Amino acid sequence: MTIKKLLFATIPVLMFSFLVAGVVAAQQPTPSDDQVNAIAKQLYCPVCENIPLDVCSTTACAQWRGLIREKLAEGWSEQQIKDYFVEQYGARVLGTPPARGLNWLVYLIPPVAILAGAYVLYHALRSWKRTPLLTNDSSTPGKPQSDVNAVQDEYIQRMEDEVRKR
Amino acid sequence: MNEISANPSRQTAQKLIPRWGRILAWIALFALLLAIALVLLRKQQGPVAIGQRPPTFTLTTFNGQKITPSDMAGKVVLLNFWASWCKPCEQEAADLESAWRYYQPSGDVLFLGIAWTDTETASLGYIAKFNITYPNGPDLGTSISQAYRTTGVPETYIIDKSGNLAYIKLSPFTSLSEIQAAIDPLLGR
Repeated sequence: MTIKKLLFATIPVLMFSFLVAGVVAAQQPTPSDDQVNAIAKQLYCPVCENIPLDVCSTTACAQWRGLIREKLAEGWSEQQIKDYFVEQYGARVLGTPPARGLNWLVYLIPPVAILAGAYVLYHALRSWKRTPLLTNDSSTPGKPQSDVNAVQDEYIQRMEDEVRKR
Repeated sequence: MNEISANPSRQTAQKLIPRWGRILAWIALFALLLAIALVLLRKQQGPVAIGQRPPTFTLTTFNGQKITPSDMAGKVVLLNFWASWCKPCEQEAADLESAWRYYQPSGDVLFLGIAWTDTETASLGYIAKFNITYPNGPDLGTSISQAYRTTGVPETYIIDKSGNLAYIKLSPFTSLSEIQAAIDPLLGR
């Protein structure tokens, strides 16, 4: 009698728990806003240029965010979603353009410009440092003058001559 | 007489960078400026002009049908760029559909709807909402709108039977008669 009662009590509990587990397993996990925005902030809608998709308030951008959520729920990876957007709307939707073709310039020009600037600056600083020392050396009698000072002296001499003539 | 010898600072600067380096730097700078100028020039050009031969394209519709330039040859082609999120597009949607139903039996006119930067779900919802029956497809990679140098939506381009651009409308049509007034002369009516 006690066993029977126990069985009657256990069966509905078990049935209910299986039912709940089934429902939970059938549900797709809904991607959070953070997950959607993590991808959205790497994309730009052509309608509102220069505004990342995660903070753009237009209907078009809201639809695009909805599309990202939809694809995430379907199990798509971040790269797959980005590739899909490029295929649909072109490479200009990407925050960082793909490194191919003329896009290489975007990646090459800044470091090359910085390196070239650093090279010029380094040599300019060195020459500026050297010039005062040479001037001091030249003031010492008996020491040979450098080419730079010779040019400078010649230039100053000619300038003074011109001024005197007037 | 007033000849002045080379500036020492300039001489120093010339010593810093070898001759080939300076030439290369100037060439690179010139190429960069040229590229920027070309991009700016292209942006300032505006849409394709009337009388010009517009760019050719193949449209894959939402139901998978491919519409090629040969399908458009010898017909008056109305090209309408739209988006489901575009409110002004909704104003003209019913008139465009009425115009299509008016011209379709003759077979001389082809209407093509091009969904610009739209999601497929929203586009299909828009097509169903306005009961649009003429071929519609997405502007994949925004290649068609870029070729036409569109500035937004809605925009409508009408190509005559000889393949030249005959009419441009950069705002919504306000009535069926306005669409007819644009197409009829191209059909000799």
